[in-house]
Amino acid sequence: MDKNEHIKLYEEMVVIRRLEERSAELYQQGKIGGFLHLYIGQEAVSTGLIAARHPDDRVITAYRDHGVAINVGIPAKAVMAELLGKATGTSKGKGGSMHLADVSKNFFGGHAIVGSHLPLATGLALGDQYQKNSRVTICMFGDGATNIGFFHEALNMSKVWSLPNLWVVENNHYGMGTSIERASAVPEMTQKAVAYGMPSAQVDGMDLMAVYEQAKKMLETIRGGGGPMFLEVMTYRFRGHSMGDPERYRKSEEVHKWQENDPIGIYRRFLLAKGLASEEELNAQDTQAIETIEEAVQFAESSPEPGPEELYANIYVDDHCGE
Amino acid sequence: MARITMREAISQALWEEMESNPKVFILGEEVGVWGGTYAVTRGFYDHFGGDRVRDTPIAESAIIGAAIGSALTGLRPVAELMTINFAFAAMDHIVNEAAKLHYMFGGQMVLPLVIRTVGGGGRQLGATHSQTPDAIFAHFPGLKVVAPGTPADAKGLLKAAIRCDDPVLFIEHATLYQTRGEVPDGDYVIPIGKSKVQREGSDITIVTYSKMLELSLKAADQLAQAGIEAEVVDLRTLRPLDMEPVIASFKKTNHAVVVEEGWRSFGVGSEIAARIYEEAFDYVDAPIKRVAQDEVPLPYNRTLEQMALPQVEDIIAAVKEVLHV
Repeated sequence: MDKNEHIKLYEEMVVIRRLEERSAELYQQGKIGGFLHLYIGQEAVSTGLIAARHPDDRVITAYRDHGVAINVGIPAKAVMAELLGKATGTSKGKGGSMHLADVSKNFFGGHAIVGSHLPLATGLALGDQYQKNSRVTICMFGDGATNIGFFHEALNMSKVWSLPNLWVVENNHYGMGTSIERASAVPEMTQKAVAYGMPSAQVDGMDLMAVYEQAKKMLETIRGGGGPMFLEVMTYRFRGHSMGDPERYRKSEEVHKWQENDPIGIYRRFLLAKGLASEEELNAQDTQAIETIEEAVQFAESSPEPGPEELYANIYVDDHCGE
Repeated sequence: MARITMREAISQALWEEMESNPKVFILGEEVGVWGGTYAVTRGFYDHFGGDRVRDTPIAESAIIGAAIGSALTGLRPVAELMTINFAFAAMDHIVNEAAKLHYMFGGQMVLPLVIRTVGGGGRQLGATHSQTPDAIFAHFPGLKVVAPGTPADAKGLLKAAIRCDDPVLFIEHATLYQTRGEVPDGDYVIPIGKSKVQREGSDITIVTYSKMLELSLKAADQLAQAGIEAEVVDLRTLRPLDMEPVIASFKKTNHAVVVEEGWRSFGVGSEIAARIYEEAFDYVDAPIKRVAQDEVPLPYNRTLEQMALPQVEDIIAAVKEVLHV
């Protein structure tokens, strides 16, 4: 990566952070409805992963999807507009926070049923293997998803057919409010990959470069025909599971301890120490990110609501198949 | 035109679509080496190879999930669920993914996906292997649900389903595979979402589909001997539901019986009856009757099983009751 690429990744993380902070405010003002799951604390995971992918590689994730949306290159405006349910949103206001996607950027969502998208990731990789191209499908999910049957069916099938899948568990230590020790028979998610004969690695998810380098290595191995691999990324969400989480399941000292390892701070210090960016350059990015998000909010607020014709649009592609 | 079985008609449709479009492939349990548990894909594996006739682990969620994912890459998968009873193990992927993605992401995701499966009772397979839960699947906007009752319709509708850009659940009936009928050779396509009058009559309208079409036609023949001419309308597709031929027929006969194999409560018959009352109330001369399965988990014992399933006599009795004869 050159200097500009490094600065761009810093920018992405800061944009995600500001987007999430502003979203929380808008949610409290009642401008964002439904559920809102913030990515604050986990920014280095998707930023590192997506930076490591080839643009043709496919990405699919769970409902904590705002970060991925920014990383794949969806403008913050379109993300914010979707959160506000506007016609200019990524899903024309019909998906909401949990259902962001941009197929043209090979980002297939944004899936809100825990673990349900894992079999879809198997299928995306199957489609690419069938069509004999060199794409890899990156599938991200939380530690909670490793306890549902979908996970096991998907990983088994992926390995049986030697599909180009990179399975990435974002281990943020809690499935909603239930800690790993209370929900998983084994403490380390990599142990579950062993059951499916899948090579795996564990990496510090607060360190963007660690995620990036590990993912890069694995993606190339998979692309070379190595079959599916499994990456456990150790991370932490600084906010509740969703807005309105009373957080009775963890102590504030634990949260503060993790906050000392803020992924943006770690990456900032890395860039400065390596001479890849100056304080001024990074400060400029910080300022720019605030402007980007303010513009996004203005864009979203001034965007039109979807028209009534949207209610019945897109139920089917073709109402007259076979005619 | 050849007189072939339902099994041959379905097989023919699959074979022709596989031959004409390399993006069409089959996946499911025992579809390949075994040749399909109902022998529909016998010979396919040797001809098309294991990549296009893909045996899967016994993992229904992964089968449907993989079909959805590969459809998103532009392929046209035909996923086979060995029986519709196993579809419950894939319910999340059918309902929360397949039926939702196109709409929920504002039209950007397109899933040209067919799920072939087999339903119905009458083979002493017990409560878990004999269900007709078609109405459940027809409940979800975003999914198309097709259930043919004749070999020709099976061929034509399956071809339409494979070419359709929407997810289609294609429900076959286990006891119809040996049923024979005239089926046009070559490229024969029937539009999805079109009901059809399978027998004309002026006294009463029998609305039905799938296996119950066979029983309804038999009942109509017997009724004709008693001087009652029943018109039999075959729904063929449950969603989107085409009520036009049903309403047109009812306006002519002013009487109706709805025949389905599934349970009565919240069923296809309930929906059809409600629609007739809503759309043609002024034409109602007598209450509409529903013929359906008794509300019990289907028992293994042959006599008890047949007691619970709708019979030709039940249809005849219902028709006579509605007509007060």
